[in-house]
Amino acid sequence: MSEDKGHDQTAEVLDDQIEWSLQDLSTACQAEEHWVAALVEEGILEPTGQGATQWRFSSVSVVRVAQAKRLTNDLDLNPPGVALAMDLLDKIATLRARLKALGE
Amino acid sequence: MEFKDYYGVLGLERSATEDDVKRAFRKLARKYHPDVNKDPGAEEKFKQVSEANEVLSDPEKRAAYDQLGQGQSPGQDFRPPPDWDAGYEFSGAPSGGTHDFSDFFEAMFSGMGRQTRTPGTGAAFHKRGEDHHAKIVIDVHDAFEGASREISLRVPQIDSDGHLVVRDRTLKVKIPKGVSEGQHIRLKGQGAPGMGQLPPGDLYLEVAFKPDRLFRVSGKDIYFDLPVAPWEAALGAKVEIPTPTGPINLKVPAGSFHGQELRIKGRGLPAATLGDLHAVLKVVLPQADSDDAKKAYEEMATKLAFDPREKMGA
Repeated sequence: MSEDKGHDQTAEVLDDQIEWSLQDLSTACQAEEHWVAALVEEGILEPTGQGATQWRFSSVSVVRVAQAKRLTNDLDLNPPGVALAMDLLDKIATLRARLKALGE
Repeated sequence: MEFKDYYGVLGLERSATEDDVKRAFRKLARKYHPDVNKDPGAEEKFKQVSEANEVLSDPEKRAAYDQLGQGQSPGQDFRPPPDWDAGYEFSGAPSGGTHDFSDFFEAMFSGMGRQTRTPGTGAAFHKRGEDHHAKIVIDVHDAFEGASREISLRVPQIDSDGHLVVRDRTLKVKIPKGVSEGQHIRLKGQGAPGMGQLPPGDLYLEVAFKPDRLFRVSGKDIYFDLPVAPWEAALGAKVEIPTPTGPINLKVPAGSFHGQELRIKGRGLPAATLGDLHAVLKVVLPQADSDDAKKAYEEMATKLAFDPREKMGA
């Protein structure tokens, strides 16, 4: 077992504050731009700005893209299928959180 | 090493057709996919199902597995005979896995192609390292103060002989204050090593909160149950309440009711826009276990014209 001792790895919080371009996001996710653009078409990602060159994505989009990538590979889904699955998963997560807040 | 019953994992007979394999895999993959199924055992089950599919959906691997599997029973100790795969010709590059498959799989098939299809990725040889995703569990209090955590990761790597080995790695992570449940944090360069000249991937951690005795977290907001006596709810009261940063006084307004939420603004999780703290009122009844208590209840019964079932229309 090796340890990375010495200094702590400082974590960067992904939120809505940081903005990435389509190219930044595609590079970060190791995905091709046209595939990421297809996710935008399906509404899985909602960048600000008009047209692909102006799009600005929040950094938390990386996590959405990673999930879309897993669903695409593992379940052989196309972008509309991924969009439907992710919508439903989001809904379930919201309901679960609400249940938890109510202490059920 | 244990012999893996791939047909059993997919619930198939040995006579299953290619279509049967595909159908069984799809069904189980949807059921156990870790993005879909949050049960603790689901991820392991998904890995087994993927591994079984990897072998049975590929005619070359399936033929090799069938030949080797004759006379084997599941769970039985198993050693592949030397050069057992000499008679087969396998296509594709050696696998360099994103899934950590079993030792059994690696021993049998590590020289054969892995059917990884990554949508929208480019060439395979000069490749940035894969990003890794994991979960990190913290206390509600850590979100207020920030925290340092050591996390253990299991990282698949290719050793000097070209074999896939799983290495344990400990990483010290500083978690900034103000993180919330489900939020992701990124550690640059802490994913899988890159191939060729390209840099390693990143490590993404999803933040989850350990269940707290008092506080429940929803987004940036925190909820807790506040027990009150019936007269406190009815007449109003000033009560001391706990918050993650220490006790404060709260005014319960007159005419409050069971289940009502009192919002204490800005006392939720720290963030650009502060979350709120919500006290959920639980009206608790004193027991009628003494003469005085009984008398008090009887007095209420005679003096109050109160029908709790008014709205039932019975």
